[in-house]
Amino acid sequence: MKFGIVVFPGSNCDLDAQHVLQDVLLQDVKMLWHKNSELEEVDVVILPGGFSYGDYLRAGAIARFSPIMDSVIEFANKGKPVLGICNGFQILLECGLLPGALVTNDSLRFISDDVYITPEADNPVYSAKYEKSQVLKMPIAHIGGNYFADAETLALLESNNQIAFRYCDKDGNVNDESNPNGSIADIAGIYNKSGNVLGLMPHPERASESILGSDDGLGIFESITAAG
Amino acid sequence: MGKKNQKLPTPLSGNDGDLITARVKVTLKDGILDPRGKTILEAFPGVGIEGIKELRTGKYFEILFDSAELEEARISTEKACEKLLSNPVIEKYTYELLEE
Repeated sequence: MKFGIVVFPGSNCDLDAQHVLQDVLLQDVKMLWHKNSELEEVDVVILPGGFSYGDYLRAGAIARFSPIMDSVIEFANKGKPVLGICNGFQILLECGLLPGALVTNDSLRFISDDVYITPEADNPVYSAKYEKSQVLKMPIAHIGGNYFADAETLALLESNNQIAFRYCDKDGNVNDESNPNGSIADIAGIYNKSGNVLGLMPHPERASESILGSDDGLGIFESITAAG
Repeated sequence: MGKKNQKLPTPLSGNDGDLITARVKVTLKDGILDPRGKTILEAFPGVGIEGIKELRTGKYFEILFDSAELEEARISTEKACEKLLSNPVIEKYTYELLEE
């Protein structure tokens, strides 16, 4: 499978994602500079974590207008897989491929820590390698990861099975104590309505080898390659 | 590019009189938590100020247009607010256009 990883000025998890896909899962990877609009026939697009454009204005707000984003939106609208991690999730929300918004953590602190999340909706592209209610340990590193959606949007996310992951404790209990940033309904990641676009705040690419303390994130990438 | 030392215009000082300036304010919608505002408010007693019920933060932009066409400036300002300066999911905006 050919993965395209978009590189924005300020992306800093692009090489981690490349390493996991190329060296751990032995996939083809193409790094895509944000100023180009060609997706170079990739099968999957990843918007990596980082601080595109220094998070000026709002996280993801300026990257969303990079030339490559029109192609990414078109690609997603064709039903092709687009995965946004952390800053990539913020960009997906800013460009409207996912509903809602990410606001400043309720603690006002930048949080760099391991958290536990549990997959919720069954998704043929991203979650096939996970058991429902499995507990996954992954790191977060953000100050703007507090997911918000209005009541109507939240109800739609729930009824359409678009909640990808919720924060939980190490036993898998979803509760406010395990929610690191104030996200509404303890949401850590969501799918778009048709399920081909996933955005999440935790970093699966930093939890894909046991030597790093967890390989629980690998399942997302393995699910994608298995689906392809 | 040779522009390294070129001074960027600042809207008000760069306006020689017949251009239009937009002043845009972007604030969080009611009901959206503003942890920055809350934290700033917590410092008020330390300054010796009391009697504040709430404090909300926001962003302020000044845009100097390259023309005196009021209607064009209005359309561009609204487009900027809707598409870039605010995120309509969580923010609202107001603006005013100054002709001098």
